[in-house]
Amino acid sequence: MGIRFILMVNKQGQTRLAQYYEWLTLEERRALEGEIVRKCLARNDQQQCSFVEHRNYKIVYRRYASLFFMVGVDDDENELAILEFIHLLVETMDKHFGNVCELDIMFHLEKAHFMLEEMVMNGCIVETSKANILSPIQLMDKAH
Amino acid sequence: MDNMFQRSLEDLIKGFRLQLLGESSFISRALEEIRREIKATDLSTKSTALHKLSYLAAIHGVDMSWAAFHAVEVVSSSRFHHKRIGYQAITQSFHDQTSVLLLITNQLRKDLNSVNEYEVSLGLECLSRIGTHDLARDLSPEVFTLLGSSKSFVRKKATGVVLRVFDKYPDAVKVCFKRLVENLETSDPQILSAVVGVFCELASKDPSSCLPLAPEFFKILIESRNNWVLIKVLKIFAKLASVEPRLGKKVAEPICEHMKRTVAKSLVFECVRTVVSSLSDHEAAVKLAVAKIGEFLVEDDPNLKYLGLHALSIAAPKHLWAVLENKEAVVKALSDEDPNVKLEALHLLMAMDSYELCAKSDPLFCNEIIISVLSVCSRNAYEIIVDFNWYVSLLGEMTRIPNCQRGEEIEHQLIDIGMRVGDARPQLVRVSWALLIDPAMLGNLFLHPILSAASWVSGEYVEFAKNPYELVEALVQPRTDLLPPYIRAIYIHSVFKVLVFCLGSYFSAQESSSGSSSTVAFTYESILNLVNVIEIGVWPLSGAYDVEVQERAKNVLGFIGMAKQDIAKKVNLQDNEAEACRVTAFMEDVFSEELGPISANAQEKVFVPDGLELEENLGDLEEICGKFLKPVESDSVPCADKISFSVSNLRIRDQQEASSSSTSLPPKASSSLLAEHRKRHGMYYLTSEKNDPDSNGTPNDYPPANDLASEILLDPLDPKRKAKHRKSRPVVVKLDEGDESRIITSQAKTKQESVTDDESLSRAIQSALLVNKKGKEREAKGIQI
Repeated sequence: MGIRFILMVNKQGQTRLAQYYEWLTLEERRALEGEIVRKCLARNDQQQCSFVEHRNYKIVYRRYASLFFMVGVDDDENELAILEFIHLLVETMDKHFGNVCELDIMFHLEKAHFMLEEMVMNGCIVETSKANILSPIQLMDKAH
Repeated sequence: MDNMFQRSLEDLIKGFRLQLLGESSFISRALEEIRREIKATDLSTKSTALHKLSYLAAIHGVDMSWAAFHAVEVVSSSRFHHKRIGYQAITQSFHDQTSVLLLITNQLRKDLNSVNEYEVSLGLECLSRIGTHDLARDLSPEVFTLLGSSKSFVRKKATGVVLRVFDKYPDAVKVCFKRLVENLETSDPQILSAVVGVFCELASKDPSSCLPLAPEFFKILIESRNNWVLIKVLKIFAKLASVEPRLGKKVAEPICEHMKRTVAKSLVFECVRTVVSSLSDHEAAVKLAVAKIGEFLVEDDPNLKYLGLHALSIAAPKHLWAVLENKEAVVKALSDEDPNVKLEALHLLMAMDSYELCAKSDPLFCNEIIISVLSVCSRNAYEIIVDFNWYVSLLGEMTRIPNCQRGEEIEHQLIDIGMRVGDARPQLVRVSWALLIDPAMLGNLFLHPILSAASWVSGEYVEFAKNPYELVEALVQPRTDLLPPYIRAIYIHSVFKVLVFCLGSYFSAQESSSGSSSTVAFTYESILNLVNVIEIGVWPLSGAYDVEVQERAKNVLGFIGMAKQDIAKKVNLQDNEAEACRVTAFMEDVFSEELGPISANAQEKVFVPDGLELEENLGDLEEICGKFLKPVESDSVPCADKISFSVSNLRIRDQQEASSSSTSLPPKASSSLLAEHRKRHGMYYLTSEKNDPDSNGTPNDYPPANDLASEILLDPLDPKRKAKHRKSRPVVVKLDEGDESRIITSQAKTKQESVTDDESLSRAIQSALLVNKKGKEREAKGIQI
């Protein structure tokens, strides 16, 4: 179904954002996050590729400063496109928060969620234009 | 923390970060607060509490299912802010089993019909995440309306939801599909993205239903400049082309155009993937794709390398030439730093027919591939191998590759896997049997080590063999004459093991009349047949030139001779009289112990039993065992040299003591030892100078010959005598003479004066000893430790 989950984890392994596109119980989620985080954090960014195979799906990840962005996708998904998607997400957040950092995400978790919701629906990427993603959010902020 | 004002989420987070108490106690405190607040009637308080709860649930894994009803309450608020929080909580925590799911149906309907597009979008997003069958069914009319909405924002979202609705409530397809198709023709890029995404998923589930829409997709393929959309369309075509080959022809051209023109690597990769998976018949397209793969493979970026290998492995089955073109890059990837890349390269090589690959490349390269594969796989006790059955059959295949020269390595791995991996043993036996039965293998010198491993494995794990009879036939076939004797011996021993196993199962089958537990059932005729075949095959070897082969053959034949009688008498295991049964049971027991791998440090782990001294200088023994022992440092020194060696050693020790270095012996003990030794063998101490001042006052004179001879004779453990006895043990007389000359020459080597005296002495001793040889032998033997 395309994208299965999106995680943002910091270097110490603490989850900062978790968006799942299929239902998993709390224990399953925790176990999954633990496994994946261990795998990705142990890898060396410079010489190793950004794809990790885990069970029957792939994880595409990239590290930005202190945060790891991990996206779990089906096997037939285009990995490079997902990498671009991650970059798009980071750029969007950067545009909205201005020099986004981990703290921004922590304090404005729901904004990050909204951005993600605009971009991905049902595991498919539906919106890739930064302007389009941010306009509803900016409107909501103004109204509030 | 009782204050009148409710803590907002921001306060909560700040508090969390600054908290002085433990994390869990902070969370439980906050949870208590939330529970209180959430029951309030005021919606603001409720929503803030819910907000905090969602945060805790999302980040700290707190369970929030108890707040489901409250979430529904919050959602019913008219304020957008509350709605947002409520829907957020719902999407996060609701699932199929949530009991209050029904309650939100109405609310969702209201929101979906709302004028405010953002409310609509909230509703749609919620539906897309938690939609159940009932919800989908009840709300599909609304979705249908929204698909035709004037606001593109809404339409886009509605399209996004469609997949979930279709998934949960298939009847909705009838209603909504048309609108969906209409959206496909839209020029609005936002909606297009969404629609194409939906069709991408639909196509993978059911390509034939999307086939009629191919012309639209084609239009998009040619016109669109949006890479995301193009990638999705390519995926659609990949699925469609596999159902409808004629599509491939039409589509190949535009795809090649894209490949050539675009800068985006993701698009290139998608084109390549589409071409090699679905359009593999179109030569031009494939050529271009392979060229692009080649470019990927030589990039520094490990991502691209990985993807290049991945695409190559898809292309490989039909287009071997593609792999050959890039073979250097592939082999280089085998030793890449990234384990993913390595694994991918490995899978690539394995997935192909290695036989063909090596037939077309030179032998050196072939062996290079083999050795790199073997070393990569066996690293860290085969940590990358998950499917050992596959790996074992791979090892078998490697053996069949012409020009394979890596016999020892494959042999080692076959046995290693047999010892370490119990589950792989059946496959191992199967593969081994295939190798053994093949007469062509026997002629190839390089493969002999592998055959020896194969036969050992078959014998050791014969219980997994499907047909031991065939195994035996393979092991005794006449062509095994070509094997060197040491491998032949292994073959015969494996035959023995198989025989023991078969007899064992035959006898136990006799005992329990209803089906035995063994996989192979033996009848009287079959076991007799087996035994006869073995006898005929092994009998010529009982006269073999090689002693090992001869011995093993005789063992087997002897066993058979004994067993044949008892088989004829149709005895069973209960019958204690039957010798064969007992022996068979005994032999089965012997072979049943599993051989496992032994660590290189195993010897170190064996505890030295008390009282056993390994390290110490054995000089201490002088004290312990009195005059029966001599302090000799090394046993491995040849006997003839012992005399001079011990003398020189003691001399060194003497000097060391003089210079007061720390030795393992306390100085007092060593000097007393030395003194005693000197007393007894003073004549053998040869000084370095004529008048040695530090000879400790020991008289450096030689006692007359008569005394000497008697002294020597009396002392049973004279080192020279000991040496003499060692040499006299063998029965063959010749050896003594040879040793004699050795003693004399070694004496000559010690470049001291008065050698001639010693020589005559030694000769006297020897002649004396030769006379009383037997008696002294017995004596010496009795005293030797």
